[in-house]
Amino acid sequence: MMSPSRREFLKSGLGSTALLATGGVAGFISSRSGTGDMVWQLDPNICIQCEKCAVNCVLSESAVKCVHSYSMCGYCDLCSGYLEPGAKDRDTAAENQLCPTGAIKRTYIEDPYFEYIIDEKLCIGCGKCVKGCGAFGNGSLHLQVRHDRCVNCNECRIARSCPSQAFRRVPAETPYILRGEEGMRFVKQIPSLQK
Amino acid sequence: MKKWIFISLLLFVSLSFTQVLQRFPKPDFQSGYERPVMQTPAPRSLVLEYLDVGVLLLVLSLTTYFAHRRRSRRLIFTMMIFSIAYFGFFRKGCICPVGSVQNVVYSFFNADYVIPLTVVLFFLLPLIFTLFFGRTFCAAVCPLGAVQDVVVVKPLSLPKWLSSVLSLFPFIYLGFAVLFASVGAGFIICRYDPFVGFFRLSGSFNMIFLGGFLLLLGTIVARPYCRFLCPYGVLLNWFSRLSRRHVRITPSVCINCRLCEASCPFDAIHKPTTAEIPEDKIVLVRRIILICILLPLMMVSSGWMISRLYVPLASVHPVVSLAEEIKLEDSGLRTEVSDATQAFRAAGKSTADLFAEAHAVQQKVKTGGWILGGFLGLIFGFKLIRLTAYRRYSEYEIDQGDCLSCGRCFSYCPVDKNGQTIIRLNTEVT
Repeated sequence: MMSPSRREFLKSGLGSTALLATGGVAGFISSRSGTGDMVWQLDPNICIQCEKCAVNCVLSESAVKCVHSYSMCGYCDLCSGYLEPGAKDRDTAAENQLCPTGAIKRTYIEDPYFEYIIDEKLCIGCGKCVKGCGAFGNGSLHLQVRHDRCVNCNECRIARSCPSQAFRRVPAETPYILRGEEGMRFVKQIPSLQK
Repeated sequence: MKKWIFISLLLFVSLSFTQVLQRFPKPDFQSGYERPVMQTPAPRSLVLEYLDVGVLLLVLSLTTYFAHRRRSRRLIFTMMIFSIAYFGFFRKGCICPVGSVQNVVYSFFNADYVIPLTVVLFFLLPLIFTLFFGRTFCAAVCPLGAVQDVVVVKPLSLPKWLSSVLSLFPFIYLGFAVLFASVGAGFIICRYDPFVGFFRLSGSFNMIFLGGFLLLLGTIVARPYCRFLCPYGVLLNWFSRLSRRHVRITPSVCINCRLCEASCPFDAIHKPTTAEIPEDKIVLVRRIILICILLPLMMVSSGWMISRLYVPLASVHPVVSLAEEIKLEDSGLRTEVSDATQAFRAAGKSTADLFAEAHAVQQKVKTGGWILGGFLGLIFGFKLIRLTAYRRYSEYEIDQGDCLSCGRCFSYCPVDKNGQTIIRLNTEVT
């Protein structure tokens, strides 16, 4: 019975090689790994508000939503993020609103200032308001991946379809890339602002 | 000290940046208005991510125990349901060991990418278990496998030639996934994951359609994705062949009673071979030698073929596709501009840099194409050798590579642990 033992010998030899190879891969990869997790985020300074975020998320209600850096907001009466260009009146009438779902709440504070708050339940992440705010305002509205919604796919479908390649993996400890003073909470992300 | 200078510099730069953007001055509120605080919900906590690894380890251990010691299909089935519920519907499919192959490859070729330790563990744990105990991961831990396993109704036995041809596809899929991940063109295994749409209860039409088709097909061809597509299955198949201990049909000795013959829906049971050798051994050896001589030729030719396809293959990479669009527009062949080219031009980056980067990716794909082709040629050659070589079996034996340790055959064996033949009246069939 020569051949079974030869088979056994080969098998155990190859098995040990496979174990060693796995160990080698494990060692090499561990040297490149970090104990923390990585999550997806979009850089508002690269984002071009193409509206793809609203439809390309694997979730039927996108994980990308608009956020508002109040520290940057001018609290304008004539808000280009809130009002349709050429809107007849500066009021909360639906036909004057830029947001397709009416997700921005406008509240009078004092003359001449108005506060704008995003209702995340209604926001679909289309970025129409972001475009308006960036074009004529301070750029305080911007899109972000909301991590209470994002399922952190291994390959983000929005990232793949993003025309300006604004998406990237960021460390989970600093999961947002925010504008204004709000961004100071995640100081590690500030270098991105230099771009 | 240096760090502080750096941070203050950053703060200065960022503050000056925000001031540039500020078209309207910060309002000076008189009414004592306080700015609302922006909510920034944290991602899933790291503890829970490690808990997932713990659950993976636990389910792997339990399934291995149930398959090897308890030899119970019912218990394995319970683990299957748990995996579908936990890794599937609760964790929504990501991260899974099948997709983690790409993260590992990506981190091999991109030093900048910090691969999370949890992903490394998801990649390694099933492999290590398989190396010792066979594919118990496939049996009941993988949600993709489990969801197909529960729909197996009337499995057909595929002809040998068909399953041999189809079983080449996982190698091709794995090869291309590694190629694309290594050059940073994306993770195609995740992109074409057929079942994750069910787990998330939402997905593109194509994804749901493909998943639905595979599940429907899975009622008559058991686990089509696992056997004829799964790229991770390639590694598990290899490792399982070398496993120290593997499940066996019989708990003690095979009495060649033929009861288990049709029990395996994956055609992973070898029947005992007849005594006579079907053909002259010399002819057989000559044929194997011929294949071995042809092997380098096959490797080089398929390498040449795939590397010739480097242009369409590389265009999967976002940088290359952007460069192609820019070239089209610059040459005037396309008049309308896309979002991508508009964004690129608005960012004011140089096209020369983009083209250089795209060219580098194409060259990488070209080289990778040679390696991939060589690998596929080698696999093809080995497949031919395996089809040619005639292996003798004296009893019913499990094919260690193809066996998914699902436990279906256990209850068919009428022999108990002590080698006593027992007749069971109510056979447990699931």
